[in-house]
Amino acid sequence: MFLTGPLQSIGLPYGAAWLISYIVSILVLSVALLVMLAFLLLADRKIWAAVQIRRGPNVVGAFGLLQSFADFIKFVLKEAVIPAGANKVVFLLSPLIAFTLALAAWAVIPVASGWVIADINVGILYLFAISSLGVYGIIMGGWASNSKYAFLGSLRSAAQMVSYEVSIGFILITVLLFAGSLRLTDIVQAQAPDIRHWFIASPLFPMFFLFLISAMAETNRPPFDLPEAESELVAGFAVEYSSTPYLLFMVAEYLNIVLMCAMASILFFGGWLPLVDVWPLNAVPGVVWLLLKIWFFFFIFAMVKAIVPRYRYDQLMRLGWKVFLPISLLWVVLSAGYLFAIGRFS
Amino acid sequence: MLQTIAFYVFAAVIIFSALMVISSRNPVHSVLFLILAFLNAAALFILLGAEFLAWILVVVYVGAVAVLFLFVVMMLDIDFASLRAGFMQYLPIGAIIGLAIVSELILAYLGWATATPPGPPSATTPGVSNTEALGRILYTDYIFYFQTAGLILLVAMIGAIVLTLRHRVGVKRQSIARQVRRVPAEAIEILEVKPGQGVT
Amino acid sequence: MAWLDRSARSIFLWDIVVGFIVGLKYFFAPKKTLNFPFERGPLSPRFRGEHVLRRYPSGEERCIACKLCEAICPAQCIIIEAEPREDGSRRTTRYDIDMTKCIYCGLCQEACPVDAIIEGPNMDFSTETREELFYDKARLLANGDRWEVEIAKNLELDAPYR
Repeated sequence: MFLTGPLQSIGLPYGAAWLISYIVSILVLSVALLVMLAFLLLADRKIWAAVQIRRGPNVVGAFGLLQSFADFIKFVLKEAVIPAGANKVVFLLSPLIAFTLALAAWAVIPVASGWVIADINVGILYLFAISSLGVYGIIMGGWASNSKYAFLGSLRSAAQMVSYEVSIGFILITVLLFAGSLRLTDIVQAQAPDIRHWFIASPLFPMFFLFLISAMAETNRPPFDLPEAESELVAGFAVEYSSTPYLLFMVAEYLNIVLMCAMASILFFGGWLPLVDVWPLNAVPGVVWLLLKIWFFFFIFAMVKAIVPRYRYDQLMRLGWKVFLPISLLWVVLSAGYLFAIGRFS
Repeated sequence: MLQTIAFYVFAAVIIFSALMVISSRNPVHSVLFLILAFLNAAALFILLGAEFLAWILVVVYVGAVAVLFLFVVMMLDIDFASLRAGFMQYLPIGAIIGLAIVSELILAYLGWATATPPGPPSATTPGVSNTEALGRILYTDYIFYFQTAGLILLVAMIGAIVLTLRHRVGVKRQSIARQVRRVPAEAIEILEVKPGQGVT
Repeated sequence: MAWLDRSARSIFLWDIVVGFIVGLKYFFAPKKTLNFPFERGPLSPRFRGEHVLRRYPSGEERCIACKLCEAICPAQCIIIEAEPREDGSRRTTRYDIDMTKCIYCGLCQEACPVDAIIEGPNMDFSTETREELFYDKARLLANGDRWEVEIAKNLELDAPYR
């Protein structure tokens, strides 16, 4: 941990320095993420509005920049309604689970070279596991609400997330084969120094598009927002939620979207690596590059939300099981064969 | 020291949640406690240094299997009165099975030798990550067992599909590829209709 | 060849690419919506908004307490009481409109023989309490003084069609 050394030099024992440096870095990452999220939420609405030739929120603060903070205050100050037939403990637990998991996944994301809270050597497996746990927040919330709409929404959501996890798993395996490690920093280092060695410029590039689409389905993002489906299920699993519990669900959903953007940048676009490894560009800090990539993917997510109509549920399942799964499975075999042929495994 | 405390905390949570699985009145709560037990078992794996196994456990059991459990249990409308009705009838045979398992466990436990420095053993070898170690064993020494396990799962999957797949005649199915391939020229015809004549 | 073309288009997600380009085109297009509280669209001279009681240019109030508006009001939200003033003319002592009941049908305005009660162009009169929406005579006359210029212009514009 990068803070441990300086803290020890001012006379703290190792244990205390270690603890303080972890707490500080976790706080810094979480606060930075949530503040970034506030502006990304606004950007999402603004982009959506712009494509529909609207203006979007523009009253709170200059250009509506403070809109998310106003929304936050409004959410927190409202009354949290718990339905009479709801299972109270599970009802309140599920948004907490969703939010905690969404935030916990960021622990292994390398923000820049060496800037990572937990550089564990099964980082990508950790991310995969945490995102597969994300379904619990939704399914528990839908069940505990004791409402037909919420339950239907959560069933849809769970089936959808479990289905697309399979193809995401295979896509991750192709990346692992090329990188030769499950550690996220190693995966980024395998793409050094610049765009010529990013995995998007390798035989993995079709997997990137599969990953992007699966990520949209995995995070219940339009055009795959069947769990929420405002026009039929009102708000799906979240229909009985209000106030802070709903806020937690929404923040968790957007955190997952940003996480998927970060994963796309790390797995295929070289994480913190510069676009071209020449002087003015490689002097830019790595965190700026990663942020630029995340914002770019978020822009794509927002544009897709604005331009693509919602899928029907059977089409969604067909796409996951009959198109993405065979293609990604085929690509695992092909990329393993390719790597074997060029002698990577010898 | 810290590891020992963590071990006892996780182990205590596992035992508590395992007890809650069989004693809680709501079956959905049972499944949720089962998930808690799985997660703490994964934490024990991490304490042992086997993080690959831990996260695979989370992905497979918590992320997939338990979701299906939860699905099934949420869909069921369980009537506890009718479940309790036959309790006395099944008590003798249940008690016999329980006693048999307990006595087997006791016999097995008596044969254990405790490691001389008590504490969790380590699954790590210096220089080799446990993912790599696992892969080296699984794909060399145990390759045939591994492949056989995979084959059995494949057979089970195909069997399930064969058992449930029915092709009924006379059912209209949509061919999505054909729908996507349609172009306006094939699908619509533009006619000049004179008033009072209609389309023949 | 056409088959190849179609397959290539679907593999390379051509529809999505075209949609993206169209989306980007509209992204930068000038916005069609008005920035509402600061920009407003045109209002018809017949727009039926908040009620006002008008005065003659001399300052004398127009209303003669004929109670036609009270009689015709379908929501029965107008209450009028009247008695002769000191100078002998017939005037209202009470003219109340319950704005929470009013359905803004404009029948009071049509019934009025002296153009005293008019539904003006104002639509921004929301309040924080219910009581503030029970308008009395003083409030209605004050509204009339405030909106007289606009109302006179609207009546003039609409006159040829009456």
